[in-house]
Amino acid sequence: MQPPQTNAISVMDLTVAYHETPVLWDIDLDVPPGVLLAIVGPNGAGKTTLIKAILGLVRTASGKVLIHDKPYEVQRKIVGYVPQRGSVDWDFPTNVLDVVMMGRYGALGWIRRPSKDDRELAMNALEKVGMEKYRHRQISHLSGGQQQRVFLARALVQDSNIYLMDEPFQGVDATTERAIVAILQELRENGKTVVVVHHDLQTVTDYFDWVTLLNIRRIASGPVQDTFTSENLREAYGGRIAFMKNR
Amino acid sequence: MQVHIEILFIAIVTSSACAIPGVFLVLRRMTLMSDAISHAILPGIVIAFFFTHTLSSPLLIIAAAGTGVLTVVLVELLQKTELIKEDAAIGLTFPALFSVGVILISRYTRNVHLDMDAVLLGELAYAPLNRLTVLGIDLGPSALIVMGVILILNLVFISLFYKELKLITFDIGLAATLGFTPALIHYGLMTLVSITTVGAFDAVGSILVVALIAGPAATAYLMTDNLTRMLVLSAIIGSINAVVGYLLAYQFDVSIAGTIASVTFLAFVSVFLLVPKRGLLSISRRHLRQKWEFAQTMLVIHLLNHEGLPEAVNESEIAHLHEHLQWEPSFASKVVRYALNNRCVSQDDTQLTLTDRGRTIAEQALVQ
Repeated sequence: MQPPQTNAISVMDLTVAYHETPVLWDIDLDVPPGVLLAIVGPNGAGKTTLIKAILGLVRTASGKVLIHDKPYEVQRKIVGYVPQRGSVDWDFPTNVLDVVMMGRYGALGWIRRPSKDDRELAMNALEKVGMEKYRHRQISHLSGGQQQRVFLARALVQDSNIYLMDEPFQGVDATTERAIVAILQELRENGKTVVVVHHDLQTVTDYFDWVTLLNIRRIASGPVQDTFTSENLREAYGGRIAFMKNR
Repeated sequence: MQVHIEILFIAIVTSSACAIPGVFLVLRRMTLMSDAISHAILPGIVIAFFFTHTLSSPLLIIAAAGTGVLTVVLVELLQKTELIKEDAAIGLTFPALFSVGVILISRYTRNVHLDMDAVLLGELAYAPLNRLTVLGIDLGPSALIVMGVILILNLVFISLFYKELKLITFDIGLAATLGFTPALIHYGLMTLVSITTVGAFDAVGSILVVALIAGPAATAYLMTDNLTRMLVLSAIIGSINAVVGYLLAYQFDVSIAGTIASVTFLAFVSVFLLVPKRGLLSISRRHLRQKWEFAQTMLVIHLLNHEGLPEAVNESEIAHLHEHLQWEPSFASKVVRYALNNRCVSQDDTQLTLTDRGRTIAEQALVQ
């Protein structure tokens, strides 16, 4: 038996507000290590904000976040982040390999430049996402699915224990979606914790083993089979998910 | 002669010193901020002038750079209220600071040499007159030395923090999560831009310095997909603009700064039109070719669809082609000529027949 493990992520009493309008109300969330977790909820439920709050990217009004029992600031090396594809300027003058290499910058620290080893790690990550042929491609010439794969490769080179991904399936083709799911599941097999902001309720049971239902408050969180119930869904989405009954 | 060479060197060093940080301003969509900084540093210069009574003291540069950074801070504070947007915040902040400078000049320095023309437009032609002497030895024009030091400062900062600057420019969120403090790099860059602007200000004035910062970087952006190359190109383009601008100004006896700025714009326009692949000309040429290629593909597919069938005689008759395809007759005959030139079809008498090449094109287009 392994020693008892701490939660990969613990969120306690977290409230985030913009101008006194709460975006997240008093969220408690425990993410055990080694799960593949989907955060689902309607638009404006605060899914992206929750991820950003875990990463310290938005100011919190109350509460705290621990990564393996320690604050994010001392744990940042074990957390990898895949932001929404649309959050960056893809006309930036650089190529695919260079973007993936940015994942190594955290390990390098200030001023030090990437070495041959970093380059090799970046190439391995590109191979993993099936993009090695595109390493010299200018990033503005990538399709949406290819951009997403590049972002995923960039997170893979961080070699983290915990990955936070903001809508990695957004606007990608079916092949890319399958490829990304395979990589996420492989990460979980290797004991990594993966948290994904997800939109498509239809695929939750197929892709994930844990789920958090969010709508400003935390509605429910736990293993998919216990948590992903029509009752909880109705509570999270209101009356807007009649189609789920047919499943 | 020596004066000309000195002016030329001042122009080249000033332009490349401005062009390098300009790359990051262009990529971060902040070129207007450099405009704001270049105006808002005026009160800093005037106040420092009270104490030093000279325009070439290092204190002047420090005070002005401080005001430059203050501008950035004020703009960001206004923006953070979310009551107004960035453009309005810039538009409010720099005139406010600039006007303080204007009032100070008009009230206190009426009898001193600090005139508005020099502030707004600079005067490169007189720059060599202001010399730096240490222990009686003439080290050269002070503008050249000041800008030389600033150029080196820019080169050192950007080569040291190249990776960090690239990261915050491309993905500020990742930069923050990886533990690089984006605000630190941001204000470092803004301080650098302020210092560069003050230095360049002496030579080219507060209005044209923006041309030196934004112009070469925007031109280089059209020419390459690589950040390092963009930095090098930007410096080279800045230098070329300076040389060409100075030579033209000398030839026609007009304002040097004005000519350099005009050349900067003309250089941008020429690259915008002519650069291979991304220039406007090659884009429109490509669109035109695609239009004809596509029409040709429609034609060969049409011929293939009816090939060997009874109606083929009718369908592939040149004179009636436009009716079948619902094309303008003139367009139809142009497409036929295009396809004939490309040997995709051959003409016997009034009939069009597919060549092997044409058939391959049609078949490939259909399986896609």
